Amino acid sequence: MSLAFYVAGGVAALAALLAVTRANAVHSLLYLILSLLAIAVVFLTLGAPFAAALQVIINAGAIMVMFVFVIMLINPGPRSVRREKRRLGLRVWIVPGLIGAVLFAELVYVIGLGRQSAAADVGPEEMALALFGPYGAAIELVSLLLLAGLLGAYHLARRETPGKGE
Amino acid sequence: MLANAPSPEHALAFAVILFAIGLAGVLARRDFIYMLLSVEIMLSAAGVAFVAAGARWAQPDGQIMFIFILSMAAAEIAVGLALAIRLFHMFHTLDVDVLRQMRD
Repeated sequence: MSLAFYVAGGVAALAALLAVTRANAVHSLLYLILSLLAIAVVFLTLGAPFAAALQVIINAGAIMVMFVFVIMLINPGPRSVRREKRRLGLRVWIVPGLIGAVLFAELVYVIGLGRQSAAADVGPEEMALALFGPYGAAIELVSLLLLAGLLGAYHLARRETPGKGE
Repeated sequence: MLANAPSPEHALAFAVILFAIGLAGVLARRDFIYMLLSVEIMLSAAGVAFVAAGARWAQPDGQIMFIFILSMAAAEIAVGLALAIRLFHMFHTLDVDVLRQMRD
């Protein structure tokens, strides 16, 4: 199980490094998604299945999808399509394929190994008891924060009038 | 702690490495989307640190802090991306060096 941590951590760090050094925005986003999924595996090895599930659903799922949509809105055009077609050969698949294969092999190994002793796993039940108990007020504040984010994004994305005069 | 869990020092070292990569990305890239991306990496690194700390004591507090970080990251990225779209429509570029000179 400790080996899974090092392998997943290595994949996450390498994918993050690749994400910040690519020239193509979509490549960076895809490497970032891979990095976030590897971080979810790290959470699993640390005995935090709830955090791993949340990481996959919210971070790698919702947030990265938003990124991809915005990139789609900002960088369209036949010029970029021609550039992409010129770049897409067999050579560009070597590194991503290697990274994906390593993560895949590790997942197969860990699943085939069977479940380790879950004595100290902090699962959803303890999380729920804590969230509805001592951290209840903080959850309300987080909902206020999300509302503020929603209103801010809506206001910034409006097309009719710029925000200067309001 | 789990029987075969990694040591908390190694987990924190991993968080530090990720944070350093994100920080280098924020400082080096001159495009708004890439800066948001690198900040996302840094926030994930902070989340790893919190979850590792919570796993050290087998308490849910670390994961709860991670939930808060996740929510904050979602709100921040929503506003940041809306700002990016607005900037692109107004100035047709997301180059931070170019945007910095357009102050009006």
